[in-house]
Amino acid sequence: MESPGQFSTGNQPPEPASSKVPLHAAAGIPAKKAAPVATPKVEIRGLSFFYGKYKALHDIDMDIHDRQITAFIGPSGCGKSTLLRTLNRIYELYPGQRAAGKIMIGGRNLLERADDVNLLRAKVGMVFQKPTPFPMSVQDNISFGVQLYERLSRPDLEVRVQWALEKAALWNEVKDKLRQDGTALSGGQQQRLCIARAVAVKPDILLLDEPASALDPLSTQKIEQLITELKKDYTIAIVTHNMQQAARVSDYTAFMYLGRLVEFGDTKKLFTKPAQQQTEEYITGRFG
Amino acid sequence: MNLYLRRRVVNRVGLTLSILATLFGLFWLVWLLWTLFGNGLRWIRPSLFFESTPPPGANGGLANAIVGSVILTIAGVGIGAPAGILAGTYLAEFGRASRLGAIVRFVNDILLSAPSIIIGVFIYGLIVLRVGHFSGWAGAVALALIVLPVVVRTTENMMRLVPDSLREAAAALGAPSWKVTIVIVYRSARPGILTGVLLGMARISGETAPLLFTALNNQFWSTDMSRPFPNLPAVIFQFAMSPYEDWQHLAWAGALLITVTILVINIAARMLLKKRGKA
Repeated sequence: MESPGQFSTGNQPPEPASSKVPLHAAAGIPAKKAAPVATPKVEIRGLSFFYGKYKALHDIDMDIHDRQITAFIGPSGCGKSTLLRTLNRIYELYPGQRAAGKIMIGGRNLLERADDVNLLRAKVGMVFQKPTPFPMSVQDNISFGVQLYERLSRPDLEVRVQWALEKAALWNEVKDKLRQDGTALSGGQQQRLCIARAVAVKPDILLLDEPASALDPLSTQKIEQLITELKKDYTIAIVTHNMQQAARVSDYTAFMYLGRLVEFGDTKKLFTKPAQQQTEEYITGRFG
Repeated sequence: MNLYLRRRVVNRVGLTLSILATLFGLFWLVWLLWTLFGNGLRWIRPSLFFESTPPPGANGGLANAIVGSVILTIAGVGIGAPAGILAGTYLAEFGRASRLGAIVRFVNDILLSAPSIIIGVFIYGLIVLRVGHFSGWAGAVALALIVLPVVVRTTENMMRLVPDSLREAAAALGAPSWKVTIVIVYRSARPGILTGVLLGMARISGETAPLLFTALNNQFWSTDMSRPFPNLPAVIFQFAMSPYEDWQHLAWAGALLITVTILVINIAARMLLKKRGKA
């Protein structure tokens, strides 16, 4: 069995954080954006995306930083979900969708990788807008992904399931219904199950595509707490419609409009002193 | 107010017509069942299930024909359903937008509406003539050709009902596409696919025309699929047309048996789908 480890940069949970943690993250203080301390986890260079002939992304350049939360905001159709979907090449499921440019992870352009895209996806987890529990038990929902790339004994698997559910702050609610169907949980629980499922395969990067937009305020709050919690171990990219959410949870924010990256930088700065007029108009609600 | 009145009248007329049409359909169905039960029920007795078809004037049952029909049906489903499920999987998962997919879908629709007697004659030419005699296998293949398009259609439809978001979610964990199909999509669509198989089964358990050209019939007990094979529809056909009263009675009993079986299979299929809706 081939190891998916080639995408890893060494920050494998649940082992304690290694020396590779960027200084600002280790110290718990928001990074001073201007000069990033650590090398970025993902470097996006000249990225364009096409739905058939329609060009949906135009020459995107940006970095996604290690163990930081990067939020993508912008009006509907601006390309933020499209951008997220290039990072694990999930768009390839559909013929006619195509990306060009560079997305560098660990010194390699993932768009040019000839080898198995599934190994990439095992290292770049994704959670979708609508909860997508598989029609099987809570336990099997989590084991499914784990068993794709690891051969664990039954007890080890159970340990992993519990670990993932605890990470997703769901263990206490489902520990007595592990054999129950995952689709029988509430919407908020289903979404946390999906996060647990993604976390269980121990990815380096988590992509969250509007993970709370289909949930009630209480569940949303839980998911947001969870995201902040997960930041310790994972590099997180989150697409959100909700600007308050971006401001609350993220370290960096990218504002996109009509397929272009308008502004990208430190969240606090972007929301208080945006450099671009378009950004200011959007975050103050004057358009979009 | 005028407009409101007109709408009420139109509504009333439409509703009346729909109810009448429903009653028209139900009327024949109930009449059919009534006749069947009236004429068949009193001839349902234990000997029916233990004795083979008799010569005229003797006592006997339908045991050979019942067992023969069950074997033929199972063999037909056994051949037709796996092929149908695989073809339906291709259409739903891989050939969705492809030209080949469109062609397969079109041809399948033609097969779906092909008269069963044509299928019987086709298998007669393909198998019976070459082998030199009628056989159970020829009958099973003919029945499989009837099951096939039903299962292809329902499998494709049911797999397409599985949302793409579920496929994406599995793929996003690093699952290869064959695993996504087998573990995730099949599991979601299983009740629907099973329903298709059951409907195909119900469809062939009463088919007569394709069997007349292929399995023919056998008035003795036989489980040898390479020889002419006993089956209920052919027995009903033969006995109902005969001048002997005891044969006619057996035909009534057989007709009732088949109808009830098909009814039960259909109801089971509905219940399977309903259960899926709840889960």
